[in-house]
Amino acid sequence: MRQALLEGVPRRGLHMLAGLLLALIALPLVAGDYIITVMILILYFAYVGQAWNIMMGFAGQLSLGHALYVGLGAYAAAALYVHFGISPWVGLWAAMAVSALAGAVIGFLAFRFGVAGVYFAILTIAFAEFARIGFDHWSWVGGSAGFFLPVANYARNDLLTLRGSPAMFYYVTLAMTAAALVLCHVLLRSRVGYHWQAIRESPDAAQALGIDIFRSKMIAVVLSAAMTSLGGVVFAFHYNNLFPEQIFHISRSIELILGPIVGGVGTLLGPIVGAFLLTALSESLQEVMRALGVDVPGIKQVFYGICLLVVVMFLPDGVWPPLSRRLGLGNGRAKEQAEEGGP
Amino acid sequence: MSNLLEVDRISKSFRGLKAVQDVSFTVPEGTIVGLIGPNGAGKTTCFNMIAGVYRADAGEVRFAGSPLRNARPDQVCRAGIGRTFQLVKPFAGLTVMENVTVGALNACPTVRAAKDKAAAVIDQLGLGAKREQMAASLTLPERKRLEVARALATGPRLLLLDEVMAGLRPTETDRMVALFRELNAKLGLTILLIEHVMRAVMALSNRLVVLHHGRVIAAGRPEDITRDPAVLESYLGEEAL
Repeated sequence: MRQALLEGVPRRGLHMLAGLLLALIALPLVAGDYIITVMILILYFAYVGQAWNIMMGFAGQLSLGHALYVGLGAYAAAALYVHFGISPWVGLWAAMAVSALAGAVIGFLAFRFGVAGVYFAILTIAFAEFARIGFDHWSWVGGSAGFFLPVANYARNDLLTLRGSPAMFYYVTLAMTAAALVLCHVLLRSRVGYHWQAIRESPDAAQALGIDIFRSKMIAVVLSAAMTSLGGVVFAFHYNNLFPEQIFHISRSIELILGPIVGGVGTLLGPIVGAFLLTALSESLQEVMRALGVDVPGIKQVFYGICLLVVVMFLPDGVWPPLSRRLGLGNGRAKEQAEEGGP
Repeated sequence: MSNLLEVDRISKSFRGLKAVQDVSFTVPEGTIVGLIGPNGAGKTTCFNMIAGVYRADAGEVRFAGSPLRNARPDQVCRAGIGRTFQLVKPFAGLTVMENVTVGALNACPTVRAAKDKAAAVIDQLGLGAKREQMAASLTLPERKRLEVARALATGPRLLLLDEVMAGLRPTETDRMVALFRELNAKLGLTILLIEHVMRAVMALSNRLVVLHHGRVIAAGRPEDITRDPAVLESYLGEEAL
């Protein structure tokens, strides 16, 4: 098991990762609430970026509607908590089930009827929009007026109901991001991981090699949807308010995929690196603007746009592959080069 | 000798163009059969019907006695038919090793076993030195070999080769011919190949099937085929044999 987990990981990379993890665990000891709050945002994007990366980066299926799964997960867990007092630790299973089902429906419609590429992307947007409009009119969860969770007293952390301080949410998102990284690493080296990458590179050739491409793509979309919805659960319990106009909005779907695109689509660490870069830089920018007393609405979007432009023009594979080479960790591709092959 | 593949009066039209009409031939187990004919004769269309890419309008393909009715390409592969593409389709963003491992997974219960098998097939195809290179960086002859390696790694009983010699230098062609002969002799691998390179076809095939305008115009031993007047007129006459 241990051997399987560490296979293909450069020793140097493992040391760096362990160091980074330790530093992140120790961070709340030295950092204030503001830094921690930004870190939660970073880790949240790192997590959902990894979930999206399974679909697009590994299996090559472009989804521009991942806000759907964030929203469904958020609403499912929040509604169960608010209406029935059910703990988010139970609610998250419902959240994952609902999102997995939504993913399965979209996947089935698309993959069974040959909706691919751009048309698939449009289908994912359409479903997120359906949800946005539907939730706007669903009064049981507040409709367009929003859905609110009772705001907790931050004096005490209650992990069971996810009511507590930023530090608690920080550790929860850190654990999720780390777990997602391990999962993605294992997936890439598994049978289905090989199948996904083959489908991404050439569906015809993949099918000719005995791969049931419908089944493989369904696994990718269902897994990605379920994982993304967990991000939604944390989002709901951290921010305590949900508005269909925000959570299902296409801008959220786009925001979610910027991290992996900037970091490197299909790479293992790209989504995490991208989330760190983008969120940290945009928050710093906002701080600087605030300090200068300049109020420019939409500056964050403009900044994201510039980042995307720079990456697309100069680093089409993302920031991580060249960074990884610079760090002496191989070429940082989806499957790290360090594999020595067979015995 | 039993027939591993039986193609029974298959036809296929594309919007009124009859690409393949009533084509029948058999591939006995353990033999190498060449499918030849001028461009547009329907060879690749036949291949695609066998491989499950196209559904035949009429007729039936039987493999090892059972019909491959409406089977998808992946099901055809799992049944034991490996294929290559005329226009090679490497997984460009993966290494040679990963490319072949994907194929080997079809025949192996674990990823580890698939990697071992892939490594062996890569060495067999003489791609050992390129194992960790990205498929995108390979030359065309290497890509052709990769195409064969991947198909071979799926553990087929029947290998469908679609113009794998095209674009190869004569020495490379001879190497490929030697390899297929060896696979055929040692493993009893049955091969159906489409080929324009007559040097390879004549060296390899036990039997030839000649297609012209979507129909079989001759079938038999290579030495008889090359003397067949119909074949000479429609196809071989154009070629410098």
